[in-house]
Amino acid sequence: MGEAAKGETKITDQGLDGGVGRLDESRIREVINTVLKNETGARLKTYVETCIHCGLCSEACHYYLSNDKDPAFSPVGKVKRTLWEMLKRKGKVTPAFIREAAVVAHTECNLCKRCAQYCPFGIDIAYLMSVVRRIVHRLGCTPLYIQDTANSHSVHMNQMWVKGDEWPDTLQWQEEEAQAEIPALRIPLEKEGADIMYSVIAPEPKFQAQLIYQAAVIMDVAGVNWTMPASMGWDNSDMAMFTGDNELMGRLKRTHFETAARLKVKKIIMGECGHAFRSVYDTGNRWLGWRVPPFQIVHAIEFYYDLIKSGRIKIKTKYPHAVTLHDPCNVSRGAGLHDKARFVAKAVAAEFVEMEPNREHNYCCAAGGGAINCGPPYKMKRLQGNKVKAEQLFAAKTRGAGVLIAPCHNCHSGLHDILHHYGIGLDIKFLGDIIYEVMEKPA
Amino acid sequence: MGHPDTWDWENGDRQIAFGEWKKKFRWVEEPYASPDGEKIAAIVNVDEGEFNVCVNGETDETSHDKIWYLRFSPDNRLTTLVSDMGEWTVAVDNVSWGHQFGYVWNTMFSDDGSHIAVAVQQDMTYGIAVDGILWANTYPNMTYFTFGRDGGHSAAVVQVEDFDSGDIETFKKGAFTAAFDGQAWDKRFVNLWHLSISDDGKDLAAEARLSLYDYAIIVNGIPWEKTYDCVWQPVFNPATNTVAAPVRTGGRWFMAQDGGILWDRPYTQLWHQQFSADGNTLAAIAATGFGKWTVVVDNRPWPVTFEDLITDMVLTPGGDRIAVLVKEKGKWRIVVDGTRWSNAFDMAWKPVFSPDGQHVAANVEKNGSYTYVLDDRLWPCECEAAWPPVFSSMGDKILLKYIHDGIYHRRVVPLADFSS
Repeated sequence: MGEAAKGETKITDQGLDGGVGRLDESRIREVINTVLKNETGARLKTYVETCIHCGLCSEACHYYLSNDKDPAFSPVGKVKRTLWEMLKRKGKVTPAFIREAAVVAHTECNLCKRCAQYCPFGIDIAYLMSVVRRIVHRLGCTPLYIQDTANSHSVHMNQMWVKGDEWPDTLQWQEEEAQAEIPALRIPLEKEGADIMYSVIAPEPKFQAQLIYQAAVIMDVAGVNWTMPASMGWDNSDMAMFTGDNELMGRLKRTHFETAARLKVKKIIMGECGHAFRSVYDTGNRWLGWRVPPFQIVHAIEFYYDLIKSGRIKIKTKYPHAVTLHDPCNVSRGAGLHDKARFVAKAVAAEFVEMEPNREHNYCCAAGGGAINCGPPYKMKRLQGNKVKAEQLFAAKTRGAGVLIAPCHNCHSGLHDILHHYGIGLDIKFLGDIIYEVMEKPA
Repeated sequence: MGHPDTWDWENGDRQIAFGEWKKKFRWVEEPYASPDGEKIAAIVNVDEGEFNVCVNGETDETSHDKIWYLRFSPDNRLTTLVSDMGEWTVAVDNVSWGHQFGYVWNTMFSDDGSHIAVAVQQDMTYGIAVDGILWANTYPNMTYFTFGRDGGHSAAVVQVEDFDSGDIETFKKGAFTAAFDGQAWDKRFVNLWHLSISDDGKDLAAEARLSLYDYAIIVNGIPWEKTYDCVWQPVFNPATNTVAAPVRTGGRWFMAQDGGILWDRPYTQLWHQQFSADGNTLAAIAATGFGKWTVVVDNRPWPVTFEDLITDMVLTPGGDRIAVLVKEKGKWRIVVDGTRWSNAFDMAWKPVFSPDGQHVAANVEKNGSYTYVLDDRLWPCECEAAWPPVFSSMGDKILLKYIHDGIYHRRVVPLADFSS
């Protein structure tokens, strides 16, 4: 059996403990073998048979680097602690093993895919961890907080239990607030035939409504023909993708795409969120049978790039701080938007300090892949598991950066925690925060 | 649809100077034309925090603090959601319902427009109000509201067991059910989605999750015997009242009916099934492979597939003809009975069949302006807006409603004169 990480203490989690308490070995064996037989194929077989256990993936992983290069935290070590053991034992593993596998797959891997770049064969270990998550989902052993988030998705098609009236009410409130600044500004709800449907994730209406306000100002000033749905389908986020609840993932993405179809828009612009982009652009659409997303999907980075490049948004006075940029895994490594993000950051800020490493080689925030959604029980583990990120951020600060731009919600929250925990002293912003602050607006 | 045979079908063009409205108000929101084309209306802002509705150039004597979701009912009545002093209600032809609520949204109409329903939040409980009357029972949470075709019945998914955020154990036991005309079923479910009311208004069906993994179709509170890996919305056969639903098993989709497999051919995806009005034909949108979308009629796929998307499927009453919108390489097309029209559009709206099923028309967007297409022939007009066309009962004329050069037109055109 694979070695556990050194010095690890057991964290109480009702989702895991309650789930494991209901398991027996025959049920475990049945589920593992059913998932492996029916839901995996040549991809898994190729990865398993190709890996030569060389360990070159290790240096890619922030958990490994931040935990004194403990091999248990290396990507291959995590596969060894989970999926390989299940395969080797043909599913004959204990409930305690399943609990540990859930901890590894959910809280020691962000599915960031940095390791795939270090593997000489390009093995996608994130996929292998996703298979583990799928198995622990089918066994009912998903960490409580992220399971609750998935439950919210299942009821409301958004991740924060935002009710049907609360969503349009919040938009109308933000519209009214923004009209104090731009009197004729609108957040056009249910405008059929608009060019763009703007979709966000649920923390925006729940806690960060100013982001919707700012987006509305940007849309208004740029003269964008846009709309937001008043119905379900407005939330593009997808924790079900990370819990291995593929059926729910499909349901969420279907709701999102069919809302765009109902509104007769030509493209979907997404707010500054990375995992949602991965879900809409890459994962959820495929589960539903689409080879490519049925609508053009544009992440906020690309949208801002187009607006600034085309002159639809003009910068009045550059942001008077030196900024550095965190490349979110899902839109940088996953979609190659890193240079457009740099263009935007340099266009709006007086000084740009490059982070090292950067672009597709950037370190993950350790919040992504659903890790931050596993909640407070794992917060310290997450922070200690990304000491290397803290060092990277501190180095950027040493070179003059005063503000960290993180154009992704999970990154933003995770990096906020790291900045605070390690006392790094960088302010943190979304791109939209800065654009709103420095753009030309009607007098 | 209301009763088009009672509308004015005299050939000709009546006009309203819509563009002038912008001079009269601080802003004019998206205009809507009534189904019969007699009215064009838009929400207008007359002053700070003061909204009205302009109909054919005239505003109502009463303004409101906020107005949204202007929609015409199928019988041509103007509906809006209006707020005053922080409370909301529905206004029909500018007359507000007698009751005010905490919030109202999602206006729904019966097929003939004679009944109107909305989702309501009142004192942080939820229900549906039909023609101004809120359900006798309200619930702490409500989703997936639906309204019967005759307007006699309404239903929604409701929460019937309290649980706090993070209580995954109570959630797992089932805290949700359906309320039919406000009355909750006895049985609880982990989830319910997408309800369907039978045409006779007696039965209610839904998609359900019985555990985090087991999906089922529920009819009147009772699950089908077999469970599935996933299901989509069930529909009732209007003639026989049987229930058909796509179900997923072994990674493929099948059409099931009343608990048994109806279509034994597996599909990569299968949804939006529709019975013809006579109940003899069942059609659905499907993917026969990864990225291969088509229409399936009684388990027989069209011999053509499309890569991007298929939406807005329409059947003639006898089910002998089917039209859909397809999206290919970013352009929209109309496909009728598997034949792709030559014209491609930036956007297209739901196709409309003539009563005899011989003609198909739609409003479309092409090169940044709007127009109409009839049997793959374009109407020679570059409009700022266009609303769905309507065929006369005889099928010899078509009603077009559009804005051109700031002028709203209600135009009745003989099909013979529709040219490109």
